[in-house]
Amino acid sequence: MKKTYKIEVDCANCANKMEEAAKKTEGVEDASVNFMMLKMTVSFKEGYEHKDVMKQVLKNCKKVEDDCEIYI
Amino acid sequence: MNKKQKKVLVRIIITVIIMAILSFVPAEGYLKAALYLIPYFIIGYDILKKAFKGIVNRQIFDENFLMSIATAGAMLLGEYTEGAAVMLFYQIGEFFQSYAVGKSRKNIGELMDIRPDYANIIKDGVITKVDPDEVEPGSIIIVQPGEKNPIDGIVLEGESTLNTSALTGESLPRSIKAGEEIISGCINMTGVLKIKTTKEFGDSTVSKILEMVENAGSRKSRSENFISRFAKYYTPAVCYGALALAVIPPLIRMIFMGLSPEFTEWIYRALTFLVISCPCALVISIPLGFFAGIGGAGREGILVKGSNYLEALSKAEYVLFDKTGTITHGIFKVVGIHHNEMSDEKILEYAAHAEAYSSHPISKSIKEAYGSEPDIKRVTDVSEISGNGVIAKVDGISVAVGNAKLMERESIEYISCHEKGTIVHVAVNGVYQGHILIADVVKPGAKEALTLLKKDGIKKVVMLTGDMKNTAMGIAKDLPIDEVYSDLLPADKVDKVEQMLSLKSKKGKLIFVGDGINDAPVLSRADIGIAMGMMGSDAAIEAADVVLMDDDPLKVVKAIRIAKRCMRIVYENIYFAIGVKLICLILGAIGIANMWLAIFADVGVMVIAVLNAIRALFVKK
Repeated sequence: MKKTYKIEVDCANCANKMEEAAKKTEGVEDASVNFMMLKMTVSFKEGYEHKDVMKQVLKNCKKVEDDCEIYI
Repeated sequence: MNKKQKKVLVRIIITVIIMAILSFVPAEGYLKAALYLIPYFIIGYDILKKAFKGIVNRQIFDENFLMSIATAGAMLLGEYTEGAAVMLFYQIGEFFQSYAVGKSRKNIGELMDIRPDYANIIKDGVITKVDPDEVEPGSIIIVQPGEKNPIDGIVLEGESTLNTSALTGESLPRSIKAGEEIISGCINMTGVLKIKTTKEFGDSTVSKILEMVENAGSRKSRSENFISRFAKYYTPAVCYGALALAVIPPLIRMIFMGLSPEFTEWIYRALTFLVISCPCALVISIPLGFFAGIGGAGREGILVKGSNYLEALSKAEYVLFDKTGTITHGIFKVVGIHHNEMSDEKILEYAAHAEAYSSHPISKSIKEAYGSEPDIKRVTDVSEISGNGVIAKVDGISVAVGNAKLMERESIEYISCHEKGTIVHVAVNGVYQGHILIADVVKPGAKEALTLLKKDGIKKVVMLTGDMKNTAMGIAKDLPIDEVYSDLLPADKVDKVEQMLSLKSKKGKLIFVGDGINDAPVLSRADIGIAMGMMGSDAAIEAADVVLMDDDPLKVVKAIRIAKRCMRIVYENIYFAIGVKLICLILGAIGIANMWLAIFADVGVMVIAVLNAIRALFVKK
């Protein structure tokens, strides 16, 4: 399953870091951050509840870039 | 400007004022240090905080860290003005960047401002405003002048002109009347239209486009991926480089050369090195360039699904056209009337009336050429002879309209045509009156488009078609086409594309252009599938990588040109940014470059690269 979320982030490099962090989160098949559109597209692995996964994704993103936001 | 940007701007102004005042204050030593720490913290506290958090979260190497170390180091060395100034200029650069990105984001957002907010639905004679999502197919909606049509449908009542520029890039208004299809997203300009919806909002053209545009960024080009990988290794590398520069030369001087180590000088050089190396210019300008390129293409009615396709388009080598719908209209038209004694109008009038009851494509094109609805009261005794034509009485006069077989059947002598197409013979009152030639017509821009493609360096232009060889050659002979393959079934087209894929050079890309009808497999097989016209099926739009909103073949040329220009801008930025930085890094290492040059190499290069990237948004007409 694939879902797109609106995000808030200041710089392109931070967006790349968020993408990295999201990709490494458990339950995430693939993630892509579009800095220009301020959007994060996440495809989830099967058997994971996307809401729970996204909470973890947000937590991991905050770790690498504390000035970011994902509107889940 | 948003709140964050305003806050930064205020901080920048305050810092500039304080710095200006301080330059007149004759303080020395610790007093000077203390005084300069005020603007330094005002402008840099968030950077310092971020750098600290990065260290805590073990995400050390980023530009915040670079800047914090460089400026803090400069302060410790007693270079107070420079320390505070580097921070100030870094913030100015960041501010400019965020402003420019926000601006182009808004620019492209407005461009794509085709999302309708509501639909005026009629139920039991009452008009209510509802969310377009709630309108079911088959509902009746009203679109007032000045409103956007929210959902695809058919016009039931009313006549108007439509502004489709947001969709197709075409600025000429298009006229529409009852019975015609209307796509969502176009703006109704003059008259009230009553529309019966044929799709749900989610399946309507406007939703499809928005979905495509919004997902465009998730497919990243190789250059973009290169830059993000580059930044990941580059920043730590320069940090270690700077460390080495600060430590190794002084040690060598001390141990092997017996000179004084001059730590201050070398640390200063290392700090300069750090400021120069900040990768922001690259990291921001490359995606911004692609974003602007996709936006600029969108403004022309060319929807590119991702920056990787923009990159591929710029390397196009072969362009394959599926004839019908791309090079030709795919609609039959009367192209000539031959051997007639009576006037063209008169012969068309007879033919159109005789065919009044027929819905065959051929008779449709005759009626279209006639120009008005045939008056069915004038037509009697119609007998349709399947596979041959029609015999009917028009104003009581017998009229036979059909192919050669019909003429033979009626034993009327006829003249065959030497031109390609469908021939419709007409006999009035048993006397041969000439024939009407009907053919698929080449689009007006086709020849120019193909010529330009060749001129722009496309190696091979190929036409594929399911038509017979004769018809295909007839169309191709006047056009600059290198190869023609006819009599192809849809599956054969896939084979042909695969064969061509193996022929082209490794770096070159193959483009397939189709009208989106029955060609989804070919569209996805080609390196780049271009679907022409939004009239194509949903499957084709899904399979295509580039969708042209209208069916003008010149848009193919334009798409390739936009892609090439965008790539040129992206490469300019890559070479320019890396080049300037490399030169300054070397100058910094050997002690020629000072902090001020370092600031230019960082902020100046970024500003120039960002401005250059935004250029991709503006497409030459």
